[in-house]
Amino acid sequence: MPKSVFTKENLCWVILSVVLFGVLTLLMQAGIINSYYRITLFNICINIMLAVSLNLVIGICGQFSLGHAGFMCIGAYSAGVITKMIPNYGGLLLGILVGFAISAVAALIVSVPTLRLKGDYLAIATLGFAEIIRILVQNMTITNGAAGLSGIPALTTWPILIVGVIVAIAVCSNVMRSAPGRACLAIQDDEIAAEAMGINTTKYKVMAFVIGALIASLAGALFACSFYVIKPSQFTFNRSIDILVMVVFGGMGSMTSSVLAAIAIGLLNTILQNFTDLRMIIYGLALVIMMIFKPNGLLGKRELSFKRILARREAGKEAS
Amino acid sequence: MSQFLQQVINGLSLGSIYALIALGYTMVYGIIKLINFAHGDVYMVGAYTAFICTAWLGFGFFPALIASMVVCGLLGVLIERLAYKPLRKAPRITALITAIGVSYILEYTMQYFMGSEVRTYPNVLPKTTYQLGPVSVTTHQIYIFAITIVLMVTLQFIISKTRMGRAMRAVSVDEQAAELMGINVDTTISFTFLLGSALAGAAGILVGIYYNTINPLMGLTPGLKAFVAAVFGGIGSVPGAVIGGLFIGIAETMVVAYGSSLYRDAIVYAILIVVLIVKPTGLLGKNQREKV
Repeated sequence: MPKSVFTKENLCWVILSVVLFGVLTLLMQAGIINSYYRITLFNICINIMLAVSLNLVIGICGQFSLGHAGFMCIGAYSAGVITKMIPNYGGLLLGILVGFAISAVAALIVSVPTLRLKGDYLAIATLGFAEIIRILVQNMTITNGAAGLSGIPALTTWPILIVGVIVAIAVCSNVMRSAPGRACLAIQDDEIAAEAMGINTTKYKVMAFVIGALIASLAGALFACSFYVIKPSQFTFNRSIDILVMVVFGGMGSMTSSVLAAIAIGLLNTILQNFTDLRMIIYGLALVIMMIFKPNGLLGKRELSFKRILARREAGKEAS
Repeated sequence: MSQFLQQVINGLSLGSIYALIALGYTMVYGIIKLINFAHGDVYMVGAYTAFICTAWLGFGFFPALIASMVVCGLLGVLIERLAYKPLRKAPRITALITAIGVSYILEYTMQYFMGSEVRTYPNVLPKTTYQLGPVSVTTHQIYIFAITIVLMVTLQFIISKTRMGRAMRAVSVDEQAAELMGINVDTTISFTFLLGSALAGAAGILVGIYYNTINPLMGLTPGLKAFVAAVFGGIGSVPGAVIGGLFIGIAETMVVAYGSSLYRDAIVYAILIVVLIVKPTGLLGKNQREKV
C-alpha cells in the first residue's frame, strides 16, 4: 500500500516553510529587510539550492564534482537569453526548461564516460568541463561574450524563489531517502561492495549527477532573473569552490547542514564584504582546519527530522 | 613551414615550463596519491620570490633561481607537514579539499601582502634573438630549454641512482612494505615534496622571464594545465610528465597560431577529457586493477 503523503511529519514541514515564508515576507514589507539585505537573502536562497544539489552528488553519492558552476552557468544563460526575448513568466518558464534540457544533455555527456573514473580524476574532469562551458559562453555571440548579458528582466520574485528553494530541498532529501538514494549511499560507502551487491553503480551515479545538474541549472536561471546582469566571470572555478565550501562546512551527506551552512556563509560574506582577501584566507584556513580536525563537517550527517521529534514526543507520552 | 617550425620552438619553451610543474604533480601523486591542488600556487610563490630577489634585492638571474627553488622547496615541505601529513590515512576526497584550502591560503595571502596588481618582471637576462635558418630563437628560450634539461637530468639521476630516489620508488609502490624494509616513509614523502616544489619554483622564475608579468592568481591556470600534462603522460610517471608538458605546450601554441587565442584554454581541457575517456592511465601510465 502506498504511504499517504498527509503525515504529521510532512504537515510539520509545510508549517515550517509557510511560517518562515510569512515571517520573511512581513519583515520585507515592514522594511526591516531593506533592499540591501534583500540581495543577501536572494543570494542565500540561490546558494541553498546550489549547496543541496551539490550535496546530493558529493555527500550522498560520493562523486567529487568540481563543475557545479558550469551547470549554473548553463541555467543562467538559457534563462537570460530567453527572458530577454520573451520578458514574461512564460519566458522564464521556457528559459528554465531549456536550461534543464541543455544541462541534462551536458550532464549525460560528461557523466556517462567520466563517472567510470574514480574520485580525484572525476573532480578534474568535471572541473575541465565547467571551464569549457565558460569558455564557450565567453566566445558565443548569443551570450554577448565576455561582457555578459545585461538588462535581464527581474522576474524572480520572492515567492518564486522560495518555491525554487523548497523544490530543491524536497527533491534532494526525497531522492536521498528513496531506493535509488540508498543505492547511492551504498556506492559512497564502498563502491566495490555496492557493485557486488548487484547495484548498477554507473546508473545511480549518473542519476545523482543529472539531478544535481538540473537543480543547479534551476538555481542559475533564478539567479539570472534576480540580478539583471550575468557575466562568464561569475561562473569560474571559484564559484564551484564556494558551493563546495558550504557543503563541506555543513557536513557532507546532510541536507539540513547544507542549508544552514549556506545561510551562515551568506551572512559571513555580507559582513566581510569589504575584506575580500581576508575572507578568502579565512575560507582556506577553515577548509584545512576543518578537514584535519572535523572532516565530517560541523553537523556531520545529522538531519532535522520531524519524524524523530514526533516519535520522541509519542514515546514521552506513553512513558508518562 | 618556417612559421610552423617557429611555433614548435615557441611551444617547446612553453611546454618545458609546464613539464617542470607537471613533474611536481606526478611525483606527489605517485607517492601519496594526492592531486596537490596547491602545487600551482607554490609555483606562483616561486615567481614572486624571484621577483623580490631580482627587483628589490638586486640579485642576478642564477642566485634568484636558487633562492626561489629553496623557498619553494621549504614551502612544499611545510605544506606537507602541516596540512597533508595528518590526513595520510583519510579518504582521498578529504585530502583533495585540504589541498584546495591550501591553494586558497597561498593565493590570497600573497594578494593580501603584495596587492592584486599585475607586476612587471625586471629584465634580468639580456634578450637577443638568434636566427637559425628559418626559425629564430631568443636567449630567454635557450635559457628555458637549458635549465629545464639540466633540472630533469638531475631529477632522473636522483630518482634512479641515489638511496633517497630508491626509497621514493619503493614508497610509491607499497608504503607499508617500504616501511617494513626500514625506509623512513615520512622523510621520503617530505623529500618528494621538496623536489617537486623546488622544480615548481624554477618554473616560476622561468615563466616570469617568459611572460614578463606575474600576479597572485597566476598559478591556477598553469597549475591545471600542468596537471593535464601529467595526466596525459600517465600520472606517476616522470618521463610521462615531460612528454605531456611538451605536448600541451605545443598544442596550446598551435591553437593560438592557427585557430583562435580565445580557445587556448579550452583545448587543454578538451585534451584532458579525451585522454580520461580513451586512456585514463595516460600515455605511459601503468594499468592497475582495483583490489578490494
